[in-house]
Parts: sequence; C-alpha cells; structure tokens
Amino acid sequence: MNFTSFLQDKRLTILLSGEIDHHAAREIMSALTAKIDVYLPSYCELDFGAVTFMDSSGIAIVIHTLRAMNELEGKLRLTHVPPQPMKVLLASGIQKLVAVSQERSPA
Amino acid sequence: MKPENETLIRFPSLSSNEAFARSVTAAFAAQMDPTLDELGDVKTAVSEAVTNAIVHAYPDRIGPVTLKLRRLEGNVLEITVKDAGCGIPDIAQARQPMFTTGGAERSGMGLTIMESFMNSLSIRSLPGRGTTVRMRKKLIGRGEAACRP
Repeated sequence: MNFTSFLQDKRLTILLSGEIDHHAAREIMSALTAKIDVYLPSYCELDFGAVTFMDSSGIAIVIHTLRAMNELEGKLRLTHVPPQPMKVLLASGIQKLVAVSQERSPA
Repeated sequence: MKPENETLIRFPSLSSNEAFARSVTAAFAAQMDPTLDELGDVKTAVSEAVTNAIVHAYPDRIGPVTLKLRRLEGNVLEITVKDAGCGIPDIAQARQPMFTTGGAERSGMGLTIMESFMNSLSIRSLPGRGTTVRMRKKLIGRGEAACRP
C-alpha cells in the first residue's frame, strides 16, 4: 500500500493505491490519523483512483476517517472510486453518510 | 454434486495470506471465463471469508485455514473456507450488518457483502471446533454477457 498526501488551504488530499484489505488497513488508518492530527484539515478527500482492490476493511477506514473529520467539524469526500471498490462502498450504505463520487473532486 | 474441477489449499492464518487467497481464487475462476465484475465479486467474497477466519477464528494464535474451490455444473463456482478455530456462538447475530467482535479495522460488513456478492452463503460452526463458510456463484461469463442486450 502506497500512501501519498498533500495539503492546500486546509484541504487534505490522500491518494490511496494498491489493495486495501485487513492486512493493509491498520497501517492506512494509522497514517490517516497521523495526517489529520497534524494538519487539522477542514476538508479531507480520499482519492481511490489507484486502488486496485478493496474489501470491507475499506469501509472501516472510511468510517474511521469520517469520525476524525466529524470531531474537527470538517467534511469528507471519497473521489475517483473505481467500480470494484464502489460496489463494496454502496453495499455498505456508506453513501448515506459521506459523499462518494467516481469523478475527481471539483477544483 | 460432482465437480468438474477442484483444488484445495491449506495455509496458516497470517493476514499476508488474504491477498494469496484472492489470487488463487481469481486464477482458478479464470477457466470459467468470468467478467471483470464477477471476478471482483468472488475476490471480495473470499477476502471477507478468509479475513474472518484470520481475525475471528484465531484471535490469539496462528491456526490452519483451508480454502477449497470447485467448479460445478452450469459454470457455478463454489468457495469453501474452513478453520479449526473458536467458532461462532451466535450465527444469526454475526450475520447482522455492522456487528463485529474485531478491532477498529473491521466494519462488521463482511458477511453482508458475502451474501450480496454471491448467490448463496451457508455457515456451519461449532464453538471450540471451528467454522465452515460455503458460498456459490453462477458465473455468466464474458461470452454470454457480451450476447445480452
């Protein structure tokens, strides 16, 4: 799992890549928490564009990130979600709690 | 039902074997000419079942996990994941969405996703003896999918 992030004007973008499963989830959550704690963003975007596989561990990551952003009264958005991860996300009903898009975030 | 082809793999309950189980399942399913969508479904389902065995069956030790793949008549893929771990005391409770006894990295959606991505799911479990999860999915295949309107 590669993990890249950048910050601009309190907008934190996290680029996820590779396979997201239980094996990778703990490391991703730890890295995500560290970034949010350091930058205290008002907006966080999880970009799934380079994710090649995701199981329900990805839902746990989204819920974990959503809780962290709610504590900051910030917003979370999931963008560039490929078909397989999208199917898993929609099966969980997570789209009722957080914006999910196949497209990249608007500038 | 006599299988047209089958394979049996046994591996220790290490989380690094989740990706291995997915790869083996995808390689076995390839002979059934699945669509990308079907391949994604079976890889997701097997990932959930194997992860459950790793996380829940053996919470404090490494134990054996068996993955059995069978190609049945009518292009049906059967996946069986078996462990000899602690078992599930209440299967009905475990099948409830969002229910989990795992850590923060578990969402409690594993069984729900297995049910919705496969055609059938059965669970047999004895506390202290282990759990067997069996799933089946009929694969339409790329050839037939291309002929559909």
